[in-house]
Amino acid sequence: MNALFHLWLIPLAPFAGFLINGILGRRLPKWLVTTVALLAPLAAFGVVLVAALGFFGIGKGFAPVIASLPFTQTCPHPWIDIGALHVDFSFVLDQLSLVMLLVVTGVGFLIHVYSVGYMSDDEGYARYFSFLNLFLFFMTVLVLAGNALVMFVGWEGVGLASYLLIGFYFQKKSAADAGKKAFIVNRIGDFGFLIGMFLLLANFGTLTFSAIGAKLAANPGWQGGALTVIALCLLLGATGKSAQLPLYIWLPDAMEGPTPVSALIHAATMVTAGVYMIARTHILFDHAPFALGAVAVVGAATALFAATIGLVQNDIKRVLAYSTISQLGYMFLGCGVAAYSAAIFHLVTHAFFKALLFLAAGAVIHSMDGEQDLRKMGGLRKKLPVTFAVTTVGVLAIAGFFPFAGFFSKDAILYAAYTQGASGRVLWFVGLVTALLTSFYIFRLWYKAFLGESRSPDAHPHESPPSMMVPLVILAALSICGGWIGIERFSAFLAPSTGLRAPDAGSASLEPILSIAAVAVALLGWLAADRFYRQRPVRPSQLSAALPGSYKLLVHKYYVDEFYGWTVVKPLIAISTYLLGWVVDTALVGGLAWLLGGTATFAGALLQRWQSGNLRSYAAWLAAGAAAVLLFIVVPWSTLWPASLNLIWKMAGH
Amino acid sequence: MSSLFSQEVPLSWYLLLSAVLFSLGVVGFLIKRNLITVFMSIELMLNAVNLSFVTFAHEWHAVKGQIFVFFVMMVAAAEAAVGLAIIIAVFRARATLAVDRIDLMKL
Repeated sequence: MNALFHLWLIPLAPFAGFLINGILGRRLPKWLVTTVALLAPLAAFGVVLVAALGFFGIGKGFAPVIASLPFTQTCPHPWIDIGALHVDFSFVLDQLSLVMLLVVTGVGFLIHVYSVGYMSDDEGYARYFSFLNLFLFFMTVLVLAGNALVMFVGWEGVGLASYLLIGFYFQKKSAADAGKKAFIVNRIGDFGFLIGMFLLLANFGTLTFSAIGAKLAANPGWQGGALTVIALCLLLGATGKSAQLPLYIWLPDAMEGPTPVSALIHAATMVTAGVYMIARTHILFDHAPFALGAVAVVGAATALFAATIGLVQNDIKRVLAYSTISQLGYMFLGCGVAAYSAAIFHLVTHAFFKALLFLAAGAVIHSMDGEQDLRKMGGLRKKLPVTFAVTTVGVLAIAGFFPFAGFFSKDAILYAAYTQGASGRVLWFVGLVTALLTSFYIFRLWYKAFLGESRSPDAHPHESPPSMMVPLVILAALSICGGWIGIERFSAFLAPSTGLRAPDAGSASLEPILSIAAVAVALLGWLAADRFYRQRPVRPSQLSAALPGSYKLLVHKYYVDEFYGWTVVKPLIAISTYLLGWVVDTALVGGLAWLLGGTATFAGALLQRWQSGNLRSYAAWLAAGAAAVLLFIVVPWSTLWPASLNLIWKMAGH
Repeated sequence: MSSLFSQEVPLSWYLLLSAVLFSLGVVGFLIKRNLITVFMSIELMLNAVNLSFVTFAHEWHAVKGQIFVFFVMMVAAAEAAVGLAIIIAVFRARATLAVDRIDLMKL
């Protein structure tokens, strides 16, 4: 459309950073590595910002370019062009991808800055930043994708970057295992995505989102059937990437990676890709009510399930990991009640406050020399005043207190659920209970880490360097005012991408009541945590002693890992070891190789005797061979043979 | 008498002589132990072949066969130079020229 504005610049900048730091990083001086690593996301963010400003008419120069979203850019050469299958490499910038890009590149840049301080002493400094840039490259490809296949490229790529960064400390076995687990579990989800794509091709003949939307808009009566299957397959893909039931198990283990990675990939951006994908293909889900209901149920169940596990975790990062799973459940719940803009709204605010909480946790861990156990913290309020302040903002935001960001987005989702009839009320109630649990576990973390008396007197915590504190303060500011735009204006902005919801069935007075209920529940959670962890610190252990069964169940995370271990992993390992390993590999493949090799060796051993080293024996064989050839040529065989043999000779073509 | 001498020697006699010379060369190559004798047997085989070349060239009035003989003689001369040098080197190293003893290449 316009030669001045190129969407491909957005992914290209981080990719260049990845190449430079990945190939030359070891030889470049550290300041240059840092510059490259920070410039790449900054450039991407700059391009996105230009687009955003152009859209709002602030940057006059680009205003006409972006004025008409969606803005599509397609590579002039087709990517795949085989018969009926035609796939282009196309990028689309619309309201939805614009919002997502602002979050990905903006928060991504802040976390890059934070990482400069956090990883400054690490040997793999350049490797770390090249992976982080690689992640940003694939994430922007995922977000900008104009069709399902381009999205799948980004989808797999962020999985790769996630694997590389979870296993960043690959000398540690648990980190390497966690990386593998994340990758393998994600493969299960990717399988669903792939099948969904094949079914899309079979039913629509195209993978382009806009073309699918146009076909469905032309057939409003087309409901369920194949669409339900496609939507369920896509949902399976989304549960893998976004760590929902039943594929959430990889995310808590992913905390083995460096903390900024947990903030960027496993809280703010990559894990929200599933939500983004559902919002991107929402037209399919709108035509498949059953699948939409499944999204809502999965979301609500995950939200509650993960929040209960989060209640008893003692590792500060694991509390936040389960909290992330739970909050992603909220987003799925929002998608499931067709409130896509509310889900994206929560995605945005969650990116702010969860990145903030993770980075603050990173600052705490950094200052405690790597200690992650909440039981060994305490009393950090006086030692780390700034970290304490920003964490408090994050805690209030996630708990949903007015006027912090989490309040607005969580409220929007709960309101949307409540207005969906009787089943919606159930979902709303589950969401409300989750809000109570969320408030409790996050204040538990707050009390245990920052208040009370220090439980490790030997530690001498110190505030982190400015490169870590500045992103924290910016994210804290965003966590406070990120929600002030309000759901009405936000969904009006997103309406061209995600569609407007049908007018609400609820009355005008309903929304304030629901908001008050949500805040009251959050307050209740705070009071409970206050009572448990400040006023009577003995109470939690008494409670766990009184309810040993349920406590044990929670501490062991409902034994889901063990369940999967027994039902999936162990049988797979058994099949691999015995059937594939012993029978196929050792017996069949090995036997065949042994047979072939043995034949050659045996033949060689026989023929070796021929190589006597005796010149005269060689000469004799040579003479014998020459004599044999001479015999063959000179003797008139055909006259010597009996006639019948002669006939065969003729028939053989001679 | 005169008819006997005025007649040309038939083709087959030359070829027979060539075959006898060649066979002598082969047998010499196979049964002699001394490296120099073996070498001379090779020369014998080469010249047997030369003889048949010349015979056919004369028979068919084709000059190519004669030219070929010169090539063979030239290569044989070069081969003799290299071969004798090798034989001297072998004799200096091993103090023997018995073919059966020169078997370092044996596995």
